[in-house]
Amino acid sequence: MSQIRALIVDDSSVMRKIVERSLRQAGLDLSSVIEAGNGADALGLLDAHPVDLILSDINMPVMDGLEFVRQIQAVEKLRSIPVVMITTEGSESNVVQALSLGAKGYIRKPFTPDQVKEHVLPVLGL
Amino acid sequence: MKMKTVSESSLPPVVFDGPTWTPLLELSAREVFEIMLGTKLRVHGSHADAKDGEFTALVGLAGSLCGVLSIRCTNQAARIMAGKMLDMPPEEVDSDSWDALGEIANMIAGNFKGKLSGVGNHCMLSVPTIIVGTDYQSRSVTGGNLIEVIFEFERKPLWVTLELHE
Repeated sequence: MSQIRALIVDDSSVMRKIVERSLRQAGLDLSSVIEAGNGADALGLLDAHPVDLILSDINMPVMDGLEFVRQIQAVEKLRSIPVVMITTEGSESNVVQALSLGAKGYIRKPFTPDQVKEHVLPVLGL
Repeated sequence: MKMKTVSESSLPPVVFDGPTWTPLLELSAREVFEIMLGTKLRVHGSHADAKDGEFTALVGLAGSLCGVLSIRCTNQAARIMAGKMLDMPPEEVDSDSWDALGEIANMIAGNFKGKLSGVGNHCMLSVPTIIVGTDYQSRSVTGGNLIEVIFEFERKPLWVTLELHE
């Protein structure tokens, strides 16, 4: 498995650490992990740090995950990065909206490492 | 507390149902603790002392359900929760205990609303707020309904409370 550069976006630092641990438990070889507390900060990081995978919460201050996905899709060089939403906002309308905006997957909190593996590996073609 | 708005015209009527919702709230909390902390909660069997609620995490609900979900526990319990979530000793946990408690409240609220048929799409959650200390009172300005489940976590009470506006 090739090395993966990941961006984890969540306003909870605890959740960012749990997501990173779950990615490693899923067997991903992470060469780098960068973190942001909201969508706006994440967009700023993406300017200087190319990544292969993004995992993002929806309900965040400043810029939520849906707007973050919308803005990623508006930038040609970012559009191809797979985004998986990880959120408590598990309502059907949010799922539909996230996927219609360009997200490739959706994981609902609380989640197990196996669920992360099940949803993340396919979007990476693994 | 930042709150998203939901169009009033899209809201289905939701009637408070304490006898049905209480076990759903209990189940929602149990699931979050089992999946994220690897801990089985049990209902607290005796009188719970309010001074054991040093940390409170609040998550607002707006839309077809309108109110606040809160969880309260001791400082030490919050550290242990964070330690279990991060797989590290509680004594090494710092401000992550606040963050962890807020995230647990957020997950319980999301899990609960997901169990109410037809509510999930019409109820938004706020980002969590943390209160430190016990010398405060919370009061709804519109009256309302209350569900409270007191669990035992690490031999101390853990309050999970849902206060809904009428």
